[in-house]
Amino acid sequence: MTNEHLLTTLRARFGDDAFTDVEEPHGLLTLTFQRELTLELMHFLKEGELGFTFLTTMCGINYPNNLNRELGMIYHLHNLVTNTRIRLKTFFPVLDPVMPTLTNLWATANWMEREAYDFFGITFTGHPNLIRILNVEDMDYFPMRREYPLEDQTREDKTDSFFGR
Amino acid sequence: MDHLISGPSGPEHTERRVQPAQEPLPLFSAAGPGAPLQLRDELNNELTTLNLGPTHPATHGIFQNILKMDGERIISGVPTIGYIHRAFEKIAEHRPFYQITPLTDRMNYCSSPINNMGWHLTVEKLLGITVPKRAQYMRVIVMELARICDHLICNSILGVDTGAFTGFLYVFQEREKVYEIFEEICGSRLTTNMGRVGGMERDFTPVALDKLRTWVKEFPTVMREFETMFNRNRIFMDRTEGVGPISAERALNYGFTGPNLRAAGVDYDVRVMNPYSSYQDFEFDIPVGTTGDTYDRFMVRQEEIWQSLRIINQALENLPEGPFRADAPHYYLPPKQAVYRNMEALIYHFKIIMGEIEAPVGEVYHSVEGGNGELGFYLISDGGRTPYRLHFRRPCFIYYQAYSEMVVGQSLSDAIVTLSSLNVIAGELDG
Repeated sequence: MTNEHLLTTLRARFGDDAFTDVEEPHGLLTLTFQRELTLELMHFLKEGELGFTFLTTMCGINYPNNLNRELGMIYHLHNLVTNTRIRLKTFFPVLDPVMPTLTNLWATANWMEREAYDFFGITFTGHPNLIRILNVEDMDYFPMRREYPLEDQTREDKTDSFFGR
Repeated sequence: MDHLISGPSGPEHTERRVQPAQEPLPLFSAAGPGAPLQLRDELNNELTTLNLGPTHPATHGIFQNILKMDGERIISGVPTIGYIHRAFEKIAEHRPFYQITPLTDRMNYCSSPINNMGWHLTVEKLLGITVPKRAQYMRVIVMELARICDHLICNSILGVDTGAFTGFLYVFQEREKVYEIFEEICGSRLTTNMGRVGGMERDFTPVALDKLRTWVKEFPTVMREFETMFNRNRIFMDRTEGVGPISAERALNYGFTGPNLRAAGVDYDVRVMNPYSSYQDFEFDIPVGTTGDTYDRFMVRQEEIWQSLRIINQALENLPEGPFRADAPHYYLPPKQAVYRNMEALIYHFKIIMGEIEAPVGEVYHSVEGGNGELGFYLISDGGRTPYRLHFRRPCFIYYQAYSEMVVGQSLSDAIVTLSSLNVIAGELDG
């Protein structure tokens, strides 16, 4: 399955302007889609003719300087029969970090979405158990957002003038 | 007689027995904090909440499972993970590329070289570096050695968990020899930090090659002994067959990869599907199971050890002559002698060590077949000196969430065996 075929099929189904920033870095078709399309698009990719039945991974991302597109989710899907991969991105404002859950399509989305919630504060509507997964439960910030520095700035026991702690 | 049964009942004894009123201790409970530990199901059977872990000798790592049990049978399990979370993705955003290799070591620490090579391959893909054939073959050798180590640990520990300690001792001697080979190749054993972006840090020394050739000759004997002990062992088979099964469909839905997926009957192997580092040059088979139970997972790993050995033999036999590194002076450290005598080499050395090398803008997803499945690196570079974002697809993290579904209805001892056969490595689980 070529990337052209993939793109044509997706555009035939969702319209020509549904996807922006179409790229092919290292041969991997990368598309940006509208958040509203998420469930419909994922369902089409998984259950439809394209057969992307395997959710390889998903992760959140934060671009603090992109106004109203500060946060994003990036999905990697894999068609194991034709060995085709596709990367799908969507961006939304940091003040409205809500995505629909994919747990109804893939059981594996459960912990991946919890991870994205834990680190980026993206909430997934319909998720069965959206709580922090790797960090402690009473943490009150989302550490992978760019605004949070690597080291805890409130600590005073680390004063390394060379590496700027 | 009466006083003998009921014990002393004088006023002085009664007084001593009175306990001061106190708050109940906060104990873990499957029904949430504060819920009673003794629960009852709809048939009025008494249920028990069992806190398995986080530091339990049978879990081989730090993860907790709060099990709700009806006698010996598990009704539900709530896993808690993150006990050794070290924020590698955040740290990686602040480090130059070569300093991220030691972070990858500490993910699946049973097969660190695979993680190292996976990371090097990802960066090389971003930078557009082609590694010479010899380095690719060397990488294949160390990756397959690491895979053998990983599978040996998993399978022998599974033996220990089913009550057979001997096999563990037999193969751990072989693992030790592999670690000696690693030591000879790169200087360290467990967390290897092996290789560099652009090749290997040095060629295989004659001692390393010697040790490798000896080991390849000696290992099959021990492996056959190990197989004799387990593969058709009645007790072992009774203990593992039908334990913790998962169907191929569920496994794919749960994102299983690697031996655990292959045990369910899906022949997905990254080495064959998307060959990297010259895997297409070698002839090997992908073993698959049928039922996805503990025995199948064990047998798939057993066979993969033989296949890895086959790859190592082919790579050793056809090890090409030539350089062990790419000609990429911007990214690959110059030889130390050149740093002392050559101005250009000194500048490159300084720039690389101080992390002042800028990577091109781009994004890369690269995956390798790790010990437990598809180990993916998703790297976004904004043209800076560190990754803008680095996401690790850690196979353990992804398939461990199926564990609570797999053990429902099983006995506690079967749950331990299932956990052991899934080969959940805490470092990879928590990232």
